[in-house]
Amino acid sequence: MAAAEAGERIDADVVIAGGGLVGLTLGVALAGAGIETAVVDGTPPAAMKDAAFDGRVSSIALGSRRVLDGIGLWPALADDAQPILEIRVSDGEVPLFLHYDHKDVGDDPLGYIVENRNIRAALLERAATLAALRHLAPASVEALEPAAGGIEARLADGRCVRARLAVAADGATSGLRAAAGIETVRWSYEQTGIVCTVLHEKPHRGIAHERFLPAGPFAILPMTGDRSSLVWTERAALAPALMDASPEVFARELGARFGDFLGALEPTGPRWSYPLRLTHAKRYVAPRLALAGDAAHAIHPLAGQGFNLGIRDAAVLAELVVDRARLGLDIGGDDVLTHYQRRRRFDSVVLIGVTDGLNRLFSNDNQGLRLVRDVGLAAVNEMPPVKRFFMRHAMGLAGDLPRLARGEPL
Amino acid sequence: MMAQEGSKPKGPGPGAEPATDPSVDPAEVERFAAFAERWWDRHGAFRALHALNPVRIAYVRDALLAGREPGARAEGAAALKPLTGLRLLDVGCGGGLMAEPLCRLGADVVAIDAAEANVRAARHHAEEQGLAIDYRHATAEALAADGERFDAVLALEIVEHVADLDAFAEACASLIKPGGTFVVATLNRTLAAYALAIVAGERILGWLPAGSHDWSRFVRPAEMVRLLRRRGLTVADMRGMVYNPLAGGWTTSPNLSVNYIVHARKPDT
Repeated sequence: MAAAEAGERIDADVVIAGGGLVGLTLGVALAGAGIETAVVDGTPPAAMKDAAFDGRVSSIALGSRRVLDGIGLWPALADDAQPILEIRVSDGEVPLFLHYDHKDVGDDPLGYIVENRNIRAALLERAATLAALRHLAPASVEALEPAAGGIEARLADGRCVRARLAVAADGATSGLRAAAGIETVRWSYEQTGIVCTVLHEKPHRGIAHERFLPAGPFAILPMTGDRSSLVWTERAALAPALMDASPEVFARELGARFGDFLGALEPTGPRWSYPLRLTHAKRYVAPRLALAGDAAHAIHPLAGQGFNLGIRDAAVLAELVVDRARLGLDIGGDDVLTHYQRRRRFDSVVLIGVTDGLNRLFSNDNQGLRLVRDVGLAAVNEMPPVKRFFMRHAMGLAGDLPRLARGEPL
Repeated sequence: MMAQEGSKPKGPGPGAEPATDPSVDPAEVERFAAFAERWWDRHGAFRALHALNPVRIAYVRDALLAGREPGARAEGAAALKPLTGLRLLDVGCGGGLMAEPLCRLGADVVAIDAAEANVRAARHHAEEQGLAIDYRHATAEALAADGERFDAVLALEIVEHVADLDAFAEACASLIKPGGTFVVATLNRTLAAYALAIVAGERILGWLPAGSHDWSRFVRPAEMVRLLRRRGLTVADMRGMVYNPLAGGWTTSPNLSVNYIVHARKPDT
């Protein structure tokens, strides 16, 4: 990488602040269509591929897989993607209440589980092949300033990127969002998400489990091989003790929640913990600026929809920008931004409502609520049209889909 | 119901300025900047043109690419500049609503308007956008007299404002290189056009200033074909442009009764 030259001006069509999964996905989508794109990323690329950087997995809904396919990423991911064939939702001790089987909606799996580090590696590899993509890392955007016919991103190292559209994909605590004066709605769930990988004796057969325990949802997500990723929601006050526990104590606590249906369990690799909170931007746009991914909406991870929402942000924004670029129209004007906000905000609000509501409904041991929710889950299971509606939504196939999510080229 | 990218509007624009005056008056510049803003306000006086723009641009782009092999289409960044290498003339450019997109698509654009206020506003806006467009306060007849030649000449939403249609067509035709393209968009002289463009567009919806159009200057498609043929041009395609109130946008259509667009070719020899 050439040394940054203070005062150097880089010209691009779009500048993306944040090179995480969503920022890079958008960058790859745009650059693949010929849009000159600069991705400004605080993390050196080598560090991002490291397993210790992010031990999380992402669920990739069918609609999201189509997007990744359409931008040339899926071939590099397919081998590391575990298809989800069934999802079993249960309430604490009650064994099975809601059962999603991919056969109910077609031949495709319901979705896939992929390790974030594999997604990053595929994104970086693809990014390196795109002449229209400039990956500025490590670097950070210090400020966005209006410029004639566009916007200018001032970098901390003294360089600046002049573009017609800026995208803040700088995460739930987005500094650019705050600087643009966009307020957020936020609350903490007083829960911590503990993530780790478990080796198990018996094969998982592509079945994902979502258990609603009194402390919060406990998800078992099938990974390639005889491995599963756990997303273990715990009361914030209890989480530090679990994080610090000896391997024996941790394994025992885990086993008590996991059960023995997959035989002997062995936690492997590091444990990670993340405070769970919701952050939703009141607006997704400001003049020449769009928010994407967690900068717009950081939701509860229980439904595994966070990255899927971000992928849909990227697919919609890429479509709006590319459509205008093909007509020589302004790609960063209010026309693009208004459409973007209209198309994305509803989708996010629905998911926030569903995930937040489920979490509140289930994260307790109130007998009355338990009866209501169990009857409710059982009822959904007995109503095929309702069930299919939920499934199609979870598979990312509902609503006003961008071309990429429909399996069409950008 | 679309209109007047041409010599109108005379009213709202800043006053004419001797074209030779080299001095720069900051107050003048500000006035033209404000006028440019009016042209480019998607919700303002020219909103009808902004709404029509995507379908017009796509039509012009595809007409200019029609002769090319699909395999010759460029990949990557070059795919977004498909008009590279083509020299175009936009007659009646107004605020540059067509000239700017065509320039971004790679074309080398000369854009003229009979109203100097338009030319200066358009030039101001293009400079701000970093687009190199050759704007001139000139008429098609004057350029023809100078012997200028273009790969394509565009006369969009302008012929309904032209006083002498025959002379205008003659000048445009002579500006086109052999094998080149002429794209014309205008309004049909039908009752539907009267109802939509004048009664609805101007008087009821207020999309356009009242008095923007003179129905008697609208041109029937058959007259257009005869007009083009007399200049030795062959009509390659003609289609309507209709507003879809549900989708809120314009699309092309076989219905020529109100707005229509046509492209014609000049023989190679």
